[in-house]
Amino acid sequence: MSTDTTRSVRTPAAAPRAAAGRRTPPLVLLLPAAAAALIALLPLGYLGVRAMERGWGFAWDIVTEERTLELLGRSLWLTAIVVAGSLLLGISLAWLTVRTDLPGRRAWAVLATLPLAVPSYVAAFTWISAFPSLEGLPGAAITLTFACFPYVFLPVAAVLRGIDPAQEEAARSLGSGAFRTFVRITLPQLRPAAAGGAILVALYVLSDFGSVSITRYDTFTRAIHTSYQASFDRTPAAVLGCVLVVMTVLLVLAENRTRGRAGHARTGRGSARPPVTLRLGHGTGPALGWCAAVAGAAVVFPLATLGYWLTVGNSGFDAEKFWDATLATVTVAAVGAAVTTLLALPVGVLSARYRGRLAGLLEQSVYAGHAVPGITVGLALVFFAVRYAYPVYQELPLLITAYVVLFLPVAVASARAAVLQAPPVLEDVARSLGRRPLQVLREITVPLAAPGIGAGAALTFVVIMKELPATLLLRPTGTDTLATRLWTETGAGAFAGAAPYAAAIVLIAAVPSYLLGRRS
Amino acid sequence: MRRPLARRATVLGISAALLVPVLAACGSDDKSDKSDKKDGAKAQSADELVIYSGRNEKLISPIIEKLEKATGTKVEVRYGDSAELAAQILEEGKKTKAGLFFSQDAGALGALSNAGLLAKLPEKSLNKVDAAFRGSAGDWAGVSGRSRVIAYNPALAPKAPDSVKDLTKPEWKGKVGYAPTNASFQAFVTGMRVLEGDEATKKWLKDLKANGAKAYDKNGAILDAVDKGEVALGLINHYYWYEKASEVGADKLKAKIHFLPGGDAGALVNVAGVGVLKDGGQSAAAEKAVDYLLSDEAQKYFATETKEYPLVAGVASPVEGLPPLASLKAPKIDLGKLDSLQKTLELIREAGMV
Repeated sequence: MSTDTTRSVRTPAAAPRAAAGRRTPPLVLLLPAAAAALIALLPLGYLGVRAMERGWGFAWDIVTEERTLELLGRSLWLTAIVVAGSLLLGISLAWLTVRTDLPGRRAWAVLATLPLAVPSYVAAFTWISAFPSLEGLPGAAITLTFACFPYVFLPVAAVLRGIDPAQEEAARSLGSGAFRTFVRITLPQLRPAAAGGAILVALYVLSDFGSVSITRYDTFTRAIHTSYQASFDRTPAAVLGCVLVVMTVLLVLAENRTRGRAGHARTGRGSARPPVTLRLGHGTGPALGWCAAVAGAAVVFPLATLGYWLTVGNSGFDAEKFWDATLATVTVAAVGAAVTTLLALPVGVLSARYRGRLAGLLEQSVYAGHAVPGITVGLALVFFAVRYAYPVYQELPLLITAYVVLFLPVAVASARAAVLQAPPVLEDVARSLGRRPLQVLREITVPLAAPGIGAGAALTFVVIMKELPATLLLRPTGTDTLATRLWTETGAGAFAGAAPYAAAIVLIAAVPSYLLGRRS
Repeated sequence: MRRPLARRATVLGISAALLVPVLAACGSDDKSDKSDKKDGAKAQSADELVIYSGRNEKLISPIIEKLEKATGTKVEVRYGDSAELAAQILEEGKKTKAGLFFSQDAGALGALSNAGLLAKLPEKSLNKVDAAFRGSAGDWAGVSGRSRVIAYNPALAPKAPDSVKDLTKPEWKGKVGYAPTNASFQAFVTGMRVLEGDEATKKWLKDLKANGAKAYDKNGAILDAVDKGEVALGLINHYYWYEKASEVGADKLKAKIHFLPGGDAGALVNVAGVGVLKDGGQSAAAEKAVDYLLSDEAQKYFATETKEYPLVAGVASPVEGLPPLASLKAPKIDLGKLDSLQKTLELIREAGMV
């Protein structure tokens, strides 16, 4: 069997195929990865300082309040629903677009990626304005599920394209039906990718403010925002933030456990045949209906609403402001995506190739800050910058740092998955021929994983474009991104005025989304 | 294969350079408030000013242009949410870049005043504004005011009640609209707590809820509901009615508004206001800006644009049919105390309103 290169990242019980040097990572990986982890941990340092300002007792009182537990329950409930929904949508669409003869597969794949380009506050607004009765949990769950399922769709589609069909063919030849084969053979191989996507979804939901504020569903993050609003007191908000971080660590640990023994690198790249395409036959109609329903709800509906606002007319549309904001958005998103991807690479390689406490710890640190709401990350960087990096305060480098902190996990997940798909045996050969770790990285690992790493960069670009809370706090005074303009216009109650900015965010983000979808 | 030492050193050196700022950040403690270094505040020339504004750019940018012309100051504005900007200024501490903070409400100014970050304003400016609409420590001043009112539909409520206390009576069962998540409603409840204590306020909220009051999202939605007769009464800010009246014509509007007498909690007048940052290093320019915002020209601008009350004595609002500020019977409270919203939210939650 050619898929026997199973290698677990951290379970000692896994097949011990670690070659020499696989246990202790080289410094060339370790040091930049440590730097990335430390940057990602900045918010945690800040939260610690602020939460402890009035001692343990005060913090403990907040943690043990009935209200805190209730909010935690609400947040987790919402997260569970959205993760389940995203898995259902993401896996089903990935399978249909990669493994069946669905008409227009390419187009559906692009459409399944596009929801990433719709900011969740815009999506929430369109749903709530059309169906006010969805306020609360239903609205938040619908909005977030449609916003998040591409996080599952993309990695799962990539794996479906990459796995060797031999096992599935064997199962089919032994009499298993298509469905049974999918459940028994394919699904287990999808687990790491789906779990990696699910963790990103979970953390997105835990930290999202846009959609829960518009649908008015009280979650932990909404309470953190309210806490700043209500008491101008940063301590309770920080305590709640710490609880979110603990949740994140637990979730990431749980995800690491599910990775188990699954690996899906192939020893040869060219020798494997493409998987058999399943003929849908009578199922074509329902399958098309399913794809159309998802694309309609997640993409067409918000876009149509935006289109309607655009036609309503735009008094006071300022073309110059619009272009400035567009240029600023593309600039910060491009630089942010490049820096984030660069820092994510060593962490991803470590996590995919090395075992041991250290590699695991570094990867978990990267995730630790990801569930912290943008406002808190913003304040954390204000805190550190005014003390230790005043020259960059309210300048571009600090804003980019915030994006790194917020979105490292997105890039790390992509890099890790891409490296996992590259056969490690080639690296072993290169090492045995005397190449140094850095050379191996440059000549073997990165080129093989390049498409996946590029996809990670594209994904990061898209999510940076939509970021609002940290951008508001850290942008250079007088600089506006499309997201901050959108905030200004909606704040003035001018939804027609906000439409061009929302449309621009979606259109620009559609380019990387399209490229991501094309890969599927 | 061992790597050459030189290469190893290079890698180490580069990585160390990457780590230094991070490690420095981690290894230090939070004692900024004890450092009395003033290196943080950028040396601004006397005619440059950074304003942090919690009020929307659409409203503020035209008046800023006028301010620049009038005072010869070059102004940069940083827009955000009032509470978040207050948190940012608290986080910046002595190194704040803000010369002036323009807040949407008194609460955020009260919070900065309590933290000792605001400078006392010159008497000349302070005295322009009634003592009720400025900070008790003289370190912030209101720029425009908004009164809470009861909107009523004369067909369903020929006479609106004179106190919010009456809204819990059986005659108004299921006939009152309110916005529990709206900041203005919450500020009014906070005012009630300051006036009457937590227990009385909690009881009132519970009774209001028990009396079948209908929750809406926004003031505007409440006014529409009153106009359509969905509810008979609504708790809103005064300017929503005047905005709607100028849009559709006062004669087309069925809803009317009632300013409550006798210093009732439901007659609270809250303000948007400004404070000068002690450590912003821009006091001269900031004071000039405060002076301008309290000038007749600026006061008229806000009154016209927002239909709020001008707060400077002697400036009449151009809004038609608006009773003069002096005629209002607002409760006498220190608006700076409206920063204790946390408790208010707890009470609103306990009453099952959100």
